Amino acid sequence: MDTMAAIRETFFQECEEQLGELEVGLNAMEEGVADSETVNAVFRAVHSIKGGAGAFKLDRLVRFAHTFETTLDLIRSDQLATSPAVMRTMLRSADLLADLVKSARSGDAVEEARVEAQIAELKALTENVKEAPAETGAGEAEGLDFQPVLLALDDLGASESQTARYAIKLIPAPDLYRKGNETVRLLRELSRMGEFRVECDARHVPTLDALDPEGAYLAWRVQLTTAEDEASIHELFEFVVDDCELEIVVDRAGPIAAPEASAPVELAPPTPVAVANDVVAPADVAPADVAPAEAPVATAAGEAERAKAEPGKPEATATAATIRVDLERVDRLINLVGELVINQAMLSQRVLEAGLARSSSVAAGLGALEQLTREIQEGVMAIRAQPVKPLFQRMSRIVRELTDATGKIVRLRTEGEATEVDRTVIERLADPLTHMIRNAVDHGVERPEVREAAGKPAQGEVKLSAAHRSGRIVIEVSDDGAGIDRERVREIAIKKELIAPDAQLSESEIDNLLFMPGFSTAQTVSSISGRGVGMDVVKRSIQALGGRITISSRPGKGSTFSMSLPLTLAVLDGMVVKVADQTLVVPLTAIVETLRPKRGEVHALGVNARVISDRGGFAPLIDVGQELGYRRDAADPVGSVVLVVETEVSTRCALVVDAIHDQRQVVIKSLEANYRQVPGIAAATILGDGRVALILDIDTFVARTNRSAQEPLLAATG
Amino acid sequence: MSMTILTVDDSRTMRDMLKVALMDAGYRVIQAVDGVHGLEVLEQETPHVIITDINMPKLDGFGFIESVRRNQRYLGIPILVLTTESSPEKKNLARRAGATGWIVKPFDSAKLVDVVRRVAA
Amino acid sequence: MKEANTVADAPREFIAFRIGVQEFCIDIMSVREIRGWTPATALPHAPPYVRGVINLRGSVLPIVDLAERLGFPPTDASARQVIIVVQVGAQIVGLLVDAVSDILTLTTETIQPTPEVASAFVRSFVRGMLAIDGRMIGVIELDSIMSTETEAAA
Repeated sequence: MDTMAAIRETFFQECEEQLGELEVGLNAMEEGVADSETVNAVFRAVHSIKGGAGAFKLDRLVRFAHTFETTLDLIRSDQLATSPAVMRTMLRSADLLADLVKSARSGDAVEEARVEAQIAELKALTENVKEAPAETGAGEAEGLDFQPVLLALDDLGASESQTARYAIKLIPAPDLYRKGNETVRLLRELSRMGEFRVECDARHVPTLDALDPEGAYLAWRVQLTTAEDEASIHELFEFVVDDCELEIVVDRAGPIAAPEASAPVELAPPTPVAVANDVVAPADVAPADVAPAEAPVATAAGEAERAKAEPGKPEATATAATIRVDLERVDRLINLVGELVINQAMLSQRVLEAGLARSSSVAAGLGALEQLTREIQEGVMAIRAQPVKPLFQRMSRIVRELTDATGKIVRLRTEGEATEVDRTVIERLADPLTHMIRNAVDHGVERPEVREAAGKPAQGEVKLSAAHRSGRIVIEVSDDGAGIDRERVREIAIKKELIAPDAQLSESEIDNLLFMPGFSTAQTVSSISGRGVGMDVVKRSIQALGGRITISSRPGKGSTFSMSLPLTLAVLDGMVVKVADQTLVVPLTAIVETLRPKRGEVHALGVNARVISDRGGFAPLIDVGQELGYRRDAADPVGSVVLVVETEVSTRCALVVDAIHDQRQVVIKSLEANYRQVPGIAAATILGDGRVALILDIDTFVARTNRSAQEPLLAATG
Repeated sequence: MSMTILTVDDSRTMRDMLKVALMDAGYRVIQAVDGVHGLEVLEQETPHVIITDINMPKLDGFGFIESVRRNQRYLGIPILVLTTESSPEKKNLARRAGATGWIVKPFDSAKLVDVVRRVAA
Repeated sequence: MKEANTVADAPREFIAFRIGVQEFCIDIMSVREIRGWTPATALPHAPPYVRGVINLRGSVLPIVDLAERLGFPPTDASARQVIIVVQVGAQIVGLLVDAVSDILTLTTETIQPTPEVASAFVRSFVRGMLAIDGRMIGVIELDSIMSTETEAAA
């Protein structure tokens, strides 16, 4: 990969981190719990982004970052107070900065008007502060600042194209060397600028016994004829101007004597060049060897403190050693460990088949191997696990935007940000979570007037929490709004013919009607919640992840959506079943219950269909073996095992299988990698006997059975 | 034998860019992520030139430079300050802390190398 | 005989194998390995020439009955048979054949066009013929072996 492209990628990754820091810091400042270190960190985050952006010539980003940074600088130097209004501006600016970064990275448009407006808002804050630092802006050419010149330029005709003669006097002080500057170097630089003659005045060099090796006793006189302007000469000395006596004068003293061949100034004892006045024999000490003095720097106690590491200071996060790893490598490692798990299972099976007694040392060794393998798998999965914090922070921003747009006052509270989930799950959680948060603000929380009338605080609260619970991750989105209007939900459901008019439903069942497709409580599609995306889409997304979602609500108090998700998408909890002579895996999350139907519970419906009694209603019976083409005729449900599953449409179906083998965690293998997507099948796995078993995709499988079965299903042969 | 340059900057992007520019010019580069780390690295190895950012966590550029200048071991090592901030006050602070020179970000690779060559006599 | 002076004329190696009484070959560059037969797990709604999938060191590999794919009667799969694991584009596929005969080294100029007497369907896979030692060997190009567009007439 091209180096610059790689560094550019690094830059954008860093921007993400900085933006995260920025958000955290600004939130802390808003809540009034920020210390000076936090404010500094916030400043540095924007400063850093600006720096990198400049390097890649991302001008729009630089420009905005600069204004933002200037304002933050005022805050960190206590010249601007962090009032709520100021903090709102800061947070909005942070959001815009994030968008500009995104725009620079992937070309998403950001309206110029918005940028200008935000810059104006920021400038309005800084105007009021007297001492805005005289920033010269980014992109300034190097070192054009220089000390004011006290020179009459008139008879010099000092335009750049003409040469002029300068007499330069330089008497370095000890500090000059201490700071790593060297007279030799300065003189060499001068010599490059034109015709150059130097003489050394060593009059003040003391005798050896009085000589301080770290002192400076030499004076230098230079005559320089150069086409460069005086500014350039000053520029050369810019950094030492405090540490020496420097005089640059235009030399009008007649024509110069024929110069010696411009001598490269040597380190050794300075050779006095001709034309001199009183030149004393060179001292023994060459100036360049002068060791920098032990600096009598004004070390206030405070500075000494700063120099030391600060162990006493409580660190917000322990700086654990981290390394950056290519995601591809991690993925490959996870695959390999998946192999390991499968192989270990196969080995165990073979050992059992070989008839080795369980108490034999071989079986014992295998038990240890299984334990070890499991631990390795958990450890490796943990590598790809990430905290949900960045995801939650994105939600924070969404709530801010919604607060502005809806006129409702909502605060987002988060809990369990450090809870970790596999990267693949986090990525696919973003959309459903966004919808739920939008729903909570848009529909859940009432308008401030309404809330106050109900005796609630005008500010509504949406709580977002994550926690690990029995091997899964549970994420909850709850609001303290009005709760679900159950009467209205019922009405809408009846109107949309989702339920029968006289259906008896429990409160929780009514609440869950929200998940039915085609259901939308907003009569007008709210522009906030998007294209009228309903909760059914959310539920489907969660289920696609192998998760489940439920809702609970208390009128007047609020609603809570609760999601339970697997920790990773690489493995699946499944029920291994036998269908005809095939072994299949059914995802456990889809299974609601298992039955062994009795004669009276199975009813025929029409010519071919059969249903089974299910909680007061009827669920269609689907013969898996027949549907997949493993056998011609459906098996008799009585005497088979029936798995009651719940599909995306929240309707229940009963799948007829021959028998249940067991329940276990299986490693998911792709069918699409080497073949293609098979309708009704989600993926494959490898069983202990080394054979491939297919994993059923409940939703597409059931959907297919609803189509008329005209296609000849192919019988499988070995 | 090529010269060694220590770069101190909390931005990985900056560190990478400096490294590329300096290595292309034949220098050997060692890195630190902030002032404290910079002092640690210095204990292990003395570079020929130091390039440091100003705004860094834990110990900023000024503090770092002052610490370096206080130490006999690092006598006369040229320290270049590399930063976006270019106000006269900041420059004075840098000078007083003991910086040898100043380079403004965004830097031009050629210019950077030129300045380094000039101080790395 | 022309001098081999272009890349196309550089000698290539082919693996020859038997399907029933007929012989075919494929470029060795696409061959990953050769395995004995293992029973495959059936795939629902798959074309008839896709026998199912097997486990190849942790990857799920589809098995194609090459006989059926070419329009011949389906093979009676058994332990006597051989699976040639090949790379077709980005995918890895197993070809079920009766036996592998040998490895041939040839230049492309020795490959003759497939006679018109073969159906268009067969010719979509068999792109050339070899006559060697009295044997007639069809040269198979694999690119469309998995493509659903090329299906035998029912």
